[in-house]
Amino acid sequence: MAGTGKAHLRDTDDVVLRVEDLTVRFPAGRGRSVQAVSGISLDARVRETVGLVGESGCGKSTTGRAILQLPPPTSGSVRFDGTELTALRGERLRRTRTRLQMIFQDPISSLNPRRTVRDIVAEGLRIWHREGGPAARRRVDEVLDAVGLDPRLVGDRRPHELSGGQCQRVCIARALVLEPAVVLCDEPVSALDVSVQAQILNLLEEMKQRYGLTLLFVAHDLAVVKRVSDRIVVMYLGKICEVASPDVLFARPAHPYTALLLRSIPELDDGSPAPARTSGELPSALDPPSGCRFRTRCPRAADVCARTEPQLRQTGPDQYVACHFPQDAPADGPTAGRSRP
Amino acid sequence: MRSDEPAPLLAVENLATSFSTPRGVLRAVDGVSFTLAPSEALGVVGESGSGKSVLVRTVMNILPRQAQVAAESRILFEGQEVRDRRGAAARHFWGAEVAMVFQDPMTSLNPVRTIGRQLTEPMRHHLGLSRRAADTRAAELLAEVGISEPVRRLSQYPHELSGGMRQRVMIGIALSCSPKLLIADEPTTALDVTVQKEILDLLARLRTELRMAMILISHDLAVVSGRTDRTMVMYAGRVAEIGPTAELFRHTRHPYTAALLRSTPRIDQPSHTPLEVIAGGAPDLVHPPPGCRFAPRCRQARPRCQQEDPALADEPGHRYACFYPVGTEAGDRALAENLADGRTGAGLDLTPVRTDRSTLDGAVN
Repeated sequence: MAGTGKAHLRDTDDVVLRVEDLTVRFPAGRGRSVQAVSGISLDARVRETVGLVGESGCGKSTTGRAILQLPPPTSGSVRFDGTELTALRGERLRRTRTRLQMIFQDPISSLNPRRTVRDIVAEGLRIWHREGGPAARRRVDEVLDAVGLDPRLVGDRRPHELSGGQCQRVCIARALVLEPAVVLCDEPVSALDVSVQAQILNLLEEMKQRYGLTLLFVAHDLAVVKRVSDRIVVMYLGKICEVASPDVLFARPAHPYTALLLRSIPELDDGSPAPARTSGELPSALDPPSGCRFRTRCPRAADVCARTEPQLRQTGPDQYVACHFPQDAPADGPTAGRSRP
Repeated sequence: MRSDEPAPLLAVENLATSFSTPRGVLRAVDGVSFTLAPSEALGVVGESGSGKSVLVRTVMNILPRQAQVAAESRILFEGQEVRDRRGAAARHFWGAEVAMVFQDPMTSLNPVRTIGRQLTEPMRHHLGLSRRAADTRAAELLAEVGISEPVRRLSQYPHELSGGMRQRVMIGIALSCSPKLLIADEPTTALDVTVQKEILDLLARLRTELRMAMILISHDLAVVSGRTDRTMVMYAGRVAEIGPTAELFRHTRHPYTAALLRSTPRIDQPSHTPLEVIAGGAPDLVHPPPGCRFAPRCRQARPRCQQEDPALADEPGHRYACFYPVGTEAGDRALAENLADGRTGAGLDLTPVRTDRSTLDGAVN
């Protein structure tokens, strides 16, 4: 099956992660299967934050996990720093994967309640025998300090004694202790209060600078994704709709689905009348629409959208869209000039 | 209550709800008063632990057993104390006059009963409708809340519906007995952004059509700002600021509201703009700080803030509990003095160090 195109992939030397035609299929009972991710390609450069956005069921989390081989994808290629991850098995995979770490949504349930903070953060070091004894302890305290936790104060505490924001700091420390190159952040702030969310977002940005990290940032909150990302990938039903830099994407979304998402965000002091409703619910991933998967909800859909699946193509500097009828850039956009591919 | 306001539908006076914990008495809601006019929409904003959910659960009488409501608290609905209601009157009140929609539509629906059964039950019980009449009304309700093929849905189970549809069903159930007040506690938090918009639009439309009052609780300032007549900001069990929504967001007075607004990521700002963080963490409600509860985290706190407890200032319409409100001369002077000193009157360090270092709550519980 045709993927959604690779026009947006880059060939520079600093691409640390390159994913091509990633497909993840799950059994759905009665001999059927559901394709949660259908031929996704994306890449990330060193020190870049790539945001994956979309609504529940679009495959953004599954994509992130498949990149980390948790579980390995059904097909497709994941090249990390010159190594094909999908070809690795057993210990070689686990050893390589220490350089790809993950931060989860619910910081409290992703920490072992019986362990102390120091134990939790040290576990990776212990498993890989990187450093023993006092060296390991120094390293753990150093990372705890980096994420804004005083090791003397919290090192011997257990997760239930900490707030949600502090637990997320512990999760970040646990991810950083093995000196990863890539960190997958799966909705890292959606369980947190607004003021704590701000602390964690700033911390992630700071850690990214300090440790030279590449972040894959999966989230449903567009304002959050805009804040942290250097490049945003918009997903819908297992496919990519649009890839663009944040300021371009928010100023002039090219895909009708991106535009719908942006219109749906409640804004402060928003007294404006509601825009035209997009009808319908998300179609079932078991039986996705033919051609363009968004066509059943798209105000611009025409016959061709049912017949031919649109491929990602460039519509502007750092903007790629998979749509037969992308929205034209309004003349008053901040970057009015558009280059033709 | 001022005379220019219509007779309130709901008047909450000095409401205090506490829980006994092993560490002592936790005052989740501590002296909250507000009124709600008929068909008015009030937004309640606050972070975890601000007491917003406990507040409405006290009004709805669905508190856990260990909760204690203070004897002097008053909850008047159309002038009558709701806590005095007993038996059938109580059941009618909480079943038919006030209804509630919760955050998670999956766990608030019964998974082993059909949608139809759950929709018709309150109407048969409170309105005494026959099975057939209730079924007809249930289908109408589903159509009203925007569910396609309503008749077929009646025989379906919750797991057969999407999250957005389940929340529509919950709203249908809540509206089934035409309540005068609908309480929506984070009704869209579990939903996707496009679905959230549809549900908020639906609530707004139904509220106008049915002339129903609404209390909309959200942690998201933006959700409340576009959908309510008045907004109440809660902090640590108290009202920090309350006023007409547009006025409150345009002329924010309480430093907590202002800080919350500054720490919210907004799509109209360029990417990578650093977020301002609120120093410290939420206070311990078993041993709340003396004076203003926000003082330890407040940039404008002066020594007075730790000694005296600010009451809600009585400015017409827009009220706030602060001695040095944002955007006033007193507030500007307090901030200037604190910045000159490098620390606030409550001892918060204001020197621009690594921003997130200061966030480490000194009070690890």
